[in-house]
Amino acid sequence: MGRYVIRRLLQAIPVLLGTTFLIFAIVYALPGDPLQALAGEKRVDPVFAATLREQFHLNEPLIVRYGYYLRDIVSGNFGTTFRGLPVSTIFEGKFQVTFKLSITALIFEAIIGVGLGLWAALRRGRWEDKGILAITLLMVSVPTLVSGFVLQLVLGVKLKQSTGIDFFPVAGVQDGVRSYLLPGFVLAMVSIAYLTRLTRTSLMETLRADYVRTAVAKGMPRRRVLGRHALRNSLIPMVTYLGADLGTLMGGAVITETIFNLPGIGQQLFQSVYLRENPVVVGIVTVLVLIYILANLVVDLLYAVLDPRIRYE
Amino acid sequence: MKNPSIDTHPLADEVGHEPLLAVDNLHVEFVTRQGIVRAVNGVSYTVNAGESLAVLGESGSGKSVTAQAIMGILDMPPARIPKGEIRFRGTDMLKLSDQARSQIRGQRIAMIFQDALSALNPVFTVGWQISEMFRVHRGMSKRDGMKKAIELMDRVRIPAAKQRVNDYPHQFSGGMRQRIMIAMSIALDPEVLIADEPTTALDVTVQAQIMELLAELQRESNMGLILITHDLGVVADVADKIAVMYAGRIVEHAPVHDLYKTPAHPYSKGLLDSIPRVDQKGQELYAIKGLPPNLLDMPSGCAFHPRCPYRRDNCVTDVPPLYEISGTRGSACHYYREVLDGTLG
Repeated sequence: MGRYVIRRLLQAIPVLLGTTFLIFAIVYALPGDPLQALAGEKRVDPVFAATLREQFHLNEPLIVRYGYYLRDIVSGNFGTTFRGLPVSTIFEGKFQVTFKLSITALIFEAIIGVGLGLWAALRRGRWEDKGILAITLLMVSVPTLVSGFVLQLVLGVKLKQSTGIDFFPVAGVQDGVRSYLLPGFVLAMVSIAYLTRLTRTSLMETLRADYVRTAVAKGMPRRRVLGRHALRNSLIPMVTYLGADLGTLMGGAVITETIFNLPGIGQQLFQSVYLRENPVVVGIVTVLVLIYILANLVVDLLYAVLDPRIRYE
Repeated sequence: MKNPSIDTHPLADEVGHEPLLAVDNLHVEFVTRQGIVRAVNGVSYTVNAGESLAVLGESGSGKSVTAQAIMGILDMPPARIPKGEIRFRGTDMLKLSDQARSQIRGQRIAMIFQDALSALNPVFTVGWQISEMFRVHRGMSKRDGMKKAIELMDRVRIPAAKQRVNDYPHQFSGGMRQRIMIAMSIALDPEVLIADEPTTALDVTVQAQIMELLAELQRESNMGLILITHDLGVVADVADKIAVMYAGRIVEHAPVHDLYKTPAHPYSKGLLDSIPRVDQKGQELYAIKGLPPNLLDMPSGCAFHPRCPYRRDNCVTDVPPLYEISGTRGSACHYYREVLDGTLG
């Protein structure tokens, strides 16, 4: 087990280097001069521009600039924007918002997705199963942009108007956990649908397995056959999906954060790309990649816990 | 498909005395999109305590389905049992409640499956899986259950049982895995043990060891043993009697040595002739021509007639009943006398 963990941790290093370099290269390969973008229509003072170019190593080759960037990152420094603001100041508080939003979504996804999936699998072919499949199809087909605004209007605005109670705040984060409920659900919707279908298929496959038949032949009660023998085995694909999805959720938060006006990293990323704030963009994406890699690492470790065949390979 | 002789228990050894387990005129069918598949058509057999019955047949002959019906582990639907009885100590289990049935399953009638690697749960240790029988059915503690598991692993002769009890199924060899499967099945001293092709997935040398182990365990505990196989070679030393199945019916049943010496059905004869033998080295090996019938589209008359080298006209039209040859033998062939004498050709 220990060797497995160490090997997995070492494998994460080249992945981190590769992805950050790609992001770095792509962001700086965008056409146009970032300094000119900063000044808008106005002419940039050549002396001032030269100083900034020197400061941000813009005249050096890409690989050298990446080297400088890595050196800074390792020492915990995300650099400064062209305006002179430290990138870490811009990050302040924003990652927490996005993280809370994604975790809320992930919890919704795990509970509703797994729950519906299990229910559908156990009621295979009956109306419950067909109904759940139809609902998931609807959830996948409706874009977040539509479902977000509709739910905001119905569950947020209309419900408050008719009952007088503000169940689901529709904007901002000033209501604590409650502020995240509606946006979290909206963000999770597509993932809930996928996880439901994945859980359903996975459990149905496991239920056909020989060892489930063995458990029945051993005279085990149905609850035990399902809950211990079948579920433990079908958890593996679900855990993979959930882990990988944390990254997707954080990246996908841009639209949801905009609809519900949450001051998160998604909004910031959109703004920074627009303003050509390259150090901010690279910084945000680097952190997202880090979270993604970490989540996958946790998944791989959970694998080993769930499936002894992986542990001993 | 009326078959009068099947309704009386042709395999009952002791007339008037209820055997340990009696399958009586059992019918099992599967409802599929293509139609109703009649997998088992009026099968009857009995097993007494300390007796072993070998059920022989090709894939699709209904031998495993019959066993699963006895265990009560058929998926219903699509399967259903329109007719027949399965009596355990005189009680028809098909009429019992699910609750009562689950008290028998695993505890009094146990089963061993073909491929132990897929039949054991990959994510639990073998000790956990064996001791589960004691924990769930006997309310034992984890620690006591594990002690029992080690004892059982010793009993089926797994070396270093104490060290290996916490290993997972994939860490064992095929033969050892099947021993674990056996240990699990005999955990609660069942009265009947059904072994569904227990050696098919194993090497020949390991096959012999497993059969020996089963025979020994049976002698020690006086279980009734139902050995399902398609391999005639495997059963000779272990079984007392044989029932040969074809297309969902028993075509011949006999004490094991009678059947080996003088088969009374062309299908049994074909099976025997297709065993490779050292003294016939160099000669071409006999093979039964053709394929087993499609259960959705059964041949008329005797189901074996399209493949039978001795076919006569009435075989195509008349379904042969299970003719009684003696108190312990029966054959579902119109010409069983000629098959016995060897005068049919």
